[in-house]
Amino acid sequence: MPVSTRQFDIRKQPGFTLIAVACFLLLYLPIILLVVYSFNAGKSIAIWEGFSLQWYESAWQNKAIQDAAIRSLILACCASAIATVAAVMAALATTRTAAFKGSSFVFAIINQPLMVPEIVTAVALLLFFAIIKVATGYTGMWYLIIAHSAFCIPFAYMPIRARLQGMDFSLEQAGADLYGKPSRVFWRITFPQLWPGILAGAMLAFVISLDDVVITEFVKSAGQDTLPTYMLGQLRRIVTPEVNAISTVLLGISVLLVAGFFFLSKIRK
Amino acid sequence: MIEISNITQTFGKGRDAFTALRDVSLTIRENEFFTLLGPSGCGKTTLLRSIAGFVYPTAGTIKLQGEDLLTLPPYSRPVNTVFQSYALFPHMTVAQNIAFGLEMLNQPGAQVKSSVNEMLALVQMTDMADRKTSQISGGQQQRVALARALAPKPKVLLLDEPLSALDFKLRKEMQIELKRLQTETGITFVFVTHDQEEALTMSDRIAVMNEGRILQIDAPRAIYDHPAERFVADFIGETNFLEVDVLSVEADDATIKLTSGATTTARRADTNSATGQATIAVRPEHATLSDDASALLRGTLEDVIYSGTDTHYHIRLQDNCRFVVRKQNHPGTMEAHTVGHQAGVFFDRGVAQILRD
Ligand SMILES: Nc1ncnc2c1ncn2[C@@H]1O[C@H](COP(=O)(O)OP(=O)(O)OP(=O)(O)O)[C@@H](O)[C@H]1O
Ligand SMILES: [Mg+2]
Repeated sequence: MPVSTRQFDIRKQPGFTLIAVACFLLLYLPIILLVVYSFNAGKSIAIWEGFSLQWYESAWQNKAIQDAAIRSLILACCASAIATVAAVMAALATTRTAAFKGSSFVFAIINQPLMVPEIVTAVALLLFFAIIKVATGYTGMWYLIIAHSAFCIPFAYMPIRARLQGMDFSLEQAGADLYGKPSRVFWRITFPQLWPGILAGAMLAFVISLDDVVITEFVKSAGQDTLPTYMLGQLRRIVTPEVNAISTVLLGISVLLVAGFFFLSKIRK
Repeated sequence: MIEISNITQTFGKGRDAFTALRDVSLTIRENEFFTLLGPSGCGKTTLLRSIAGFVYPTAGTIKLQGEDLLTLPPYSRPVNTVFQSYALFPHMTVAQNIAFGLEMLNQPGAQVKSSVNEMLALVQMTDMADRKTSQISGGQQQRVALARALAPKPKVLLLDEPLSALDFKLRKEMQIELKRLQTETGITFVFVTHDQEEALTMSDRIAVMNEGRILQIDAPRAIYDHPAERFVADFIGETNFLEVDVLSVEADDATIKLTSGATTTARRADTNSATGQATIAVRPEHATLSDDASALLRGTLEDVIYSGTDTHYHIRLQDNCRFVVRKQNHPGTMEAHTVGHQAGVFFDRGVAQILRD
């Protein structure tokens, strides 16, 4: 028998292919089914009765869904914009200054929303905003916008920081050396190279905000359903392929944004 | 022009503290080509960056024409840097790179344009004005970096090993070109290198540094012929070191007794040095082989190494030290010395240099 002198290769291990295929099936089969049944002509989400676009039509014409969709979009736009601006500043502060005392602590603070269980953040925000609501009487969208901005920051921060770290700091020093004040150096030197990172961060933040259920569910006031919380509410009652249709549209938006994100991360420095 | 007084630079705190510059003082003159020379890690870049404003000294002052530089942020200092890695802006063309400093100074468009053209001509890059900086060769990038730093007409140009990324031939060309630019523009150059030959050929004056200290500041010839310290003598060129006894001292000279018992006159690097034990340095090409009674030192010829332009004779002295004599070769002459035979060494009065301890 020939003795293999090749390196250890995970793909040659018995059962590897089987496990890999099983994982992919578990991940994607449900999503494929969801998409397929969104085109179902019948009312069931389990029995196929032919192709139709009726659930897309009914979702499109549903006033509650329209409102929720618009609210979701406004929320995601505002939150990702605020989070991205904050993330750019945080990334500049953590990569473009001399190492300062407690910089790793600051790093941990920025990424806190990734570490603290979302349900804990949600309950904390609920209680915190309740106090403010009592004190001010304000019940508008800003609670949601602020909450979403906060937990989107680390998602926007990571691609921006990664890109900044890959950039040559001496370029900005050269800019300062050539009489560029910090703000002009940022717009003339840093930004033209950083924008793919900024856009990628904004897109990631947008998807994360669009998709959020837990925090939104806790923070929202009456009549402030976003698409995900509306769907959650629907599932408690009768389930129709309308939910599939909305999910498919959300899926499409997410896939587009994530694909864009990867494309942007690949743009050469 | 630039007065640096008692600069100390410490990085980090507590146990991790590292002192990169120790009590450095020097004065750079108007229109001078001034070189900082020293081994890797001796603090050359740190000193340059403290003039540019990218590091802030722990102690000391830096003045430019009497004005305190340390109170100014980097973008207000009338000095420009040619970075070791060039640091050209990759998203701009050659011309845009050169225009950057002028635009930051809010010069009117027409003036910027004419300055850029002037600079492009100066570094012979007019044809490449609209190329992206990633589309030109290393030597061309180097020229653009130079032009970009020269365009705002700084009072001082700081150059951090600008030639180290170039191959040998291009390097030689650029050395001449840099020297030409310095003479033509009349701008003071502060040049960093760890290449002693480069320093000797280009500089008006050289500061030799080691471990954060300045050991000697002098013209190239003075540094080479009269090194003040063992490190300087060793770092620049080849040298023989001999232990001697200083018998008496006059103004610049001293009478010394060699281990062989012969006496001669040596120069004193430090006019405070006293009589007694000392080390002298003698360059191999300043000594000759001598077979007659005039020889100051005697020993056995151990090696004769031919190297084209000259021949190196390695002599084992009576006190077991090694001494190298270098003689320039002339065509048609036969090698007159044989390995294993006795050989004497002679050098003129005043050639040997007494080193500071
Ligand atoms: N920001 C910093 N923090 C800590 N140590 C530093 C810092 N900058 C420089 N040093 C240290 O200071 C010393 C001098 O560095 P410097 O860059 O000035 O050396 P150099 O003479 O320019 O060397 P080379 O010829 O290799 O460029 C080095 O030992 C370096 O590790
Ligand atoms: Mg250096």
